[in-house]
Amino acid sequence: MPGSPVEQALLPHLDAAYNLARWLTGNDHDAEDVVQDAFVRALRFFGGFRGDDARAWLLAIVRNTSYDFLRRRRPQQASDPFDEEVHGAPDERPSPEAELLRRADQALVRQALESLPLAWREVIVLRELEGLSYKQIADVAGIQIGTVMSRLARARARLKQLLAGGAPQEAP
Amino acid sequence: MNCDDVRRLADAHHDGELDLLRQMEVDEHLRQCRACAAVQESHRALSAALGAGLHLTAPPSLRRRVRAALKGSVAASPWSRVRSLQWVGVGLAAIALALVAGPMLSRRLQADPLAQELVSAHIRSLMATHLTDVASSDRHTVKPWFAGKLDFSPPVVDLSEAGFPLAGGRLDYVGHRPVAALVYRRGEHVINLFVWPSSEASSHETIRSRQGYNVVSWSQDGTSHWAVSDLNAMELRRFASLVQAGP
Repeated sequence: MPGSPVEQALLPHLDAAYNLARWLTGNDHDAEDVVQDAFVRALRFFGGFRGDDARAWLLAIVRNTSYDFLRRRRPQQASDPFDEEVHGAPDERPSPEAELLRRADQALVRQALESLPLAWREVIVLRELEGLSYKQIADVAGIQIGTVMSRLARARARLKQLLAGGAPQEAP
Repeated sequence: MNCDDVRRLADAHHDGELDLLRQMEVDEHLRQCRACAAVQESHRALSAALGAGLHLTAPPSLRRRVRAALKGSVAASPWSRVRSLQWVGVGLAAIALALVAGPMLSRRLQADPLAQELVSAHIRSLMATHLTDVASSDRHTVKPWFAGKLDFSPPVVDLSEAGFPLAGGRLDYVGHRPVAALVYRRGEHVINLFVWPSSEASSHETIRSRQGYNVVSWSQDGTSHWAVSDLNAMELRRFASLVQAGP
């Protein structure tokens, strides 16, 4: 069944939309509500969309819908301004971490990702799980490319530390 | 380039976001510095750990809800209506993004599931011991091998002098049709170049990234070309332009 143009354009990205919403909201039920609302918004604005990157466009809407949702449900988490400085510098210690990371249990990896601050979690999900470029991540999250890079570096350092041990960093 | 420079660029290097020159400078440093190479290695290991099974799939019930929503028969959930004014801002941003991005929507969208399928074909080719059906670095061996197996003759280019030696060819099945997969190497990296005839007009290359793999596609002389590799974006682009330049 071919479906309408908007269906053809957006439905292929449903999994990506759900994946992002699920990682940002932290549970299935909220993620489903967020995704449905995001698609309703997307439908409303689709007439004005002439871009070549419907996935990034949709993910930006999913991301904003998720943040709105979190602001309502958990005012603390989403409204705290994210301070790049207090979240510490990347851990730069050379070590044979790779082997430990390779052996990391999937449940542990999931837990580590869930434990990241929202602003770091979203860049990791968009980069590592969705394969977006820095430019696309910057567009989706509404931040500078430089910020994408520094958040990715810090998030990866934290994940490595959580999964392969090493010097602790201060909590957010 | 010293260790500090390289560590600063470690993420961008890992993500294929550096320009070719700097990418090569970092590569050069990594060949000589074990400590920095270990950091890059752990980046790759982390990506592999995150890439394994963490991507979540929408449940079928949600797919039905969204389909209904797209048909306009379902309204947004109550909480979202409260902030409708905020969405004017998002709408304006979306329109601005749309104006910048250019009118290429339909072609790219149709191409998207295909990119996914090709990345899967690429991964499959590396997982099994079935990278090539015909293993040869000689294009005069690889090209005739396809004769009689496909209803077209794929162009096979010798790029060994440019540092992309041919490793062989393989039959694959993508987009509901048999295609030629030409296998090239770049150091440790494998490039699958999928080729099949198409009615699409010639087009410039488009690059995208899927699950950590880079995908470059273009149409040329009535043939669709899709190069898939874990090679960084800059080098894969260079590979694409060499193939386009022809023998």
